[in-house]
Amino acid sequence: MAELTYREAVAAAIAQEMRRDEDVVFLGEDIAAAGGVFKATVGLLKEFGPLRVRDTPISEQAILGAAMGSAMTGLRPIAEIMFSDFLAVCWDMVANEIAKARYMTGGQMTMPLVIRTANGGGSRFGAQHSQSVENWAMMVPGLKVVAPSTPADVKGLLAAAIRDPDPVMFFEQKSLYPLKGEVPENEHIDELGTASVLREGEDVTICALAAMVPRALEAAEVLSSQHSINATVVDVRSLVPLDTQTILSATAKTGRLITVEENPRLCGWGAEIASIAADEIFWDLDGPIHRITTPHIPLPAADSLEDATIPSVSRIVDEIVQKID
Amino acid sequence: MAKKAVSTESRGKKKTRTRRLPREEQPYQNDDIGEEIRLKLWRSLLEIRHVEQRAYDLFLQNLIKGTSHLALGHEAVAAGFATAMDKNDWSFCTYRGHHHTLARGASMEGVLGELMGRECGLLQGKGGSMHLTSVEHGAMGSYAIIGAHLPIAMGAAWTSQYKNTKQVSVCFFGDGTTNIGAFHEALNLAAVWKLPVVFVCENNLYMEYTPIKDVTAVENPAGDRASAYGLPKIVIDGNDADEVYRTAQSAYVKARAGDGPSLIECLTYRHSGHSRADPGDYRPPGELEAWLKKDPVPRYRERLTEFGISKSVINALDAEVLAAVDRATEISKASPLPSKELIEVDVWADGGVAWRN
Repeated sequence: MAELTYREAVAAAIAQEMRRDEDVVFLGEDIAAAGGVFKATVGLLKEFGPLRVRDTPISEQAILGAAMGSAMTGLRPIAEIMFSDFLAVCWDMVANEIAKARYMTGGQMTMPLVIRTANGGGSRFGAQHSQSVENWAMMVPGLKVVAPSTPADVKGLLAAAIRDPDPVMFFEQKSLYPLKGEVPENEHIDELGTASVLREGEDVTICALAAMVPRALEAAEVLSSQHSINATVVDVRSLVPLDTQTILSATAKTGRLITVEENPRLCGWGAEIASIAADEIFWDLDGPIHRITTPHIPLPAADSLEDATIPSVSRIVDEIVQKID
Repeated sequence: MAKKAVSTESRGKKKTRTRRLPREEQPYQNDDIGEEIRLKLWRSLLEIRHVEQRAYDLFLQNLIKGTSHLALGHEAVAAGFATAMDKNDWSFCTYRGHHHTLARGASMEGVLGELMGRECGLLQGKGGSMHLTSVEHGAMGSYAIIGAHLPIAMGAAWTSQYKNTKQVSVCFFGDGTTNIGAFHEALNLAAVWKLPVVFVCENNLYMEYTPIKDVTAVENPAGDRASAYGLPKIVIDGNDADEVYRTAQSAYVKARAGDGPSLIECLTYRHSGHSRADPGDYRPPGELEAWLKKDPVPRYRERLTEFGISKSVINALDAEVLAAVDRATEISKASPLPSKELIEVDVWADGGVAWRN
């Protein structure tokens, strides 16, 4: 094991896969010579050269089109969209082209590609550089959707995404880039479509994703020490495929389900999980399902305002105490 | 075939296949294209013309549902570019793509069956008229969102460049596409990376219902944009299959040599409206009639005669193709409706559609 930051784990995963498979190529804005605007791809150009690690113009449609065209003809491209907000300018490629090509052609095309993107708030960047848009991707049939919360998961899940034969949207939480954690030094590959139970308690099950995972864990400690509420915390990790078995069994054990979501309220991933739980384990529930989300607003820029919108540890604690007591 | 074109150019022009033919029966002037290729072009023109006319007839019989965008009038563009391609090359086209899919060798019943929503369709009914694809023939898809496939074709060209396979990506689109951002993103990056991709604009004067000149800042929607990407302006007669074929050859030679992309504007005309729903009555009187005089199919019939190919050969091929279209029509009509089991397959590479466990 080695201690890596979340950002270093990105480069470690890409390097691991580029070393084992010459068909893996990487493109995006500022990813090569500059090492990425978040410094998540430092060193890749030096090791793999400009034919495999290619800087592009500010042309998101060209970036994803190049990824799709190369994926359907034999490469395994990784495309970076610098901020997930910019997916809106190339959403045709994501939602109409990449996601649908296999189905529409009766299975003639295979699309082994990864779209990496920096997602979410906490950086005081304002409403066009801070959105949490993983639910946009979750709604489109044909996309796998992953959002890791730890450096080890970044390495293992990104490697798995690169090896996967289907298109994977890989949401890196930008506020987590400095986070440190133990990461396996040798080849590390995880499994897509699996949630992780990070903590077990008997009173309530908290499902969280990406940056909300460390907050949920911290809230669980506070709930335990100050309110005698013992929480299970599930890191959802993958929205598509969704590991409903882990989520539902963890919920059935406690009888209470809370989701903690950074996305704005409507159609957040927690709504889908709540719907599935209500449908399939209703008689195991001891009370209403509760969703903790960012309000249904564009994200404000000022630190005081941003901090008051994205679910915080204290807000998670307060809402759970209110619901459980 | 285009590989032969490369070697032909490099050796000088005179190596043609027609030397094998009995010269005494061939009093026509020989040239760089030759009879064998001309008859391939003729067959391709006929296949497209007869299938598209059949598609129109099948609409009127309500056997084809949904919409469809016929390429009647555009035959020479498809025939010329596809005939000059190597079978390993990749082609990409728009929702007006029946002609390009046929020209790569996809079966007529595959095309007509798909339009009719039958099991024998190229996509088993899951794509429809606007998404004809036959990967085994290098027909890498018909894309129904304007502009999208230019970056995609450019990406395929990246594979060819990266693996040094010399395959060329050929991307067909209409004049209307030149005003959307993806066109410019793809042209720029293809030029910067010197990718082996040939962008082919079929300028039929109308973007859907609106004259392209009314909504475009330059006279030649593709040709006049070429200089912005360091490319020469190439505008050709898209109704002359020979001119299209020669232009395609030289663009493929350039691409395979590593000298980067080409942008070619082919002037042509849609004989029918934009789609099934459009009678095309916004066109000024006389315009259609003037273009029908330049119809690529009868024009090529005359060309073949000029080059000494006998009327019996010309007509026999026409009859043969028409009979094949009749057979394909019957096969498609007899083909069952697609199985409902197809609905929940092939979202993922494992063949399934599961989004949860």
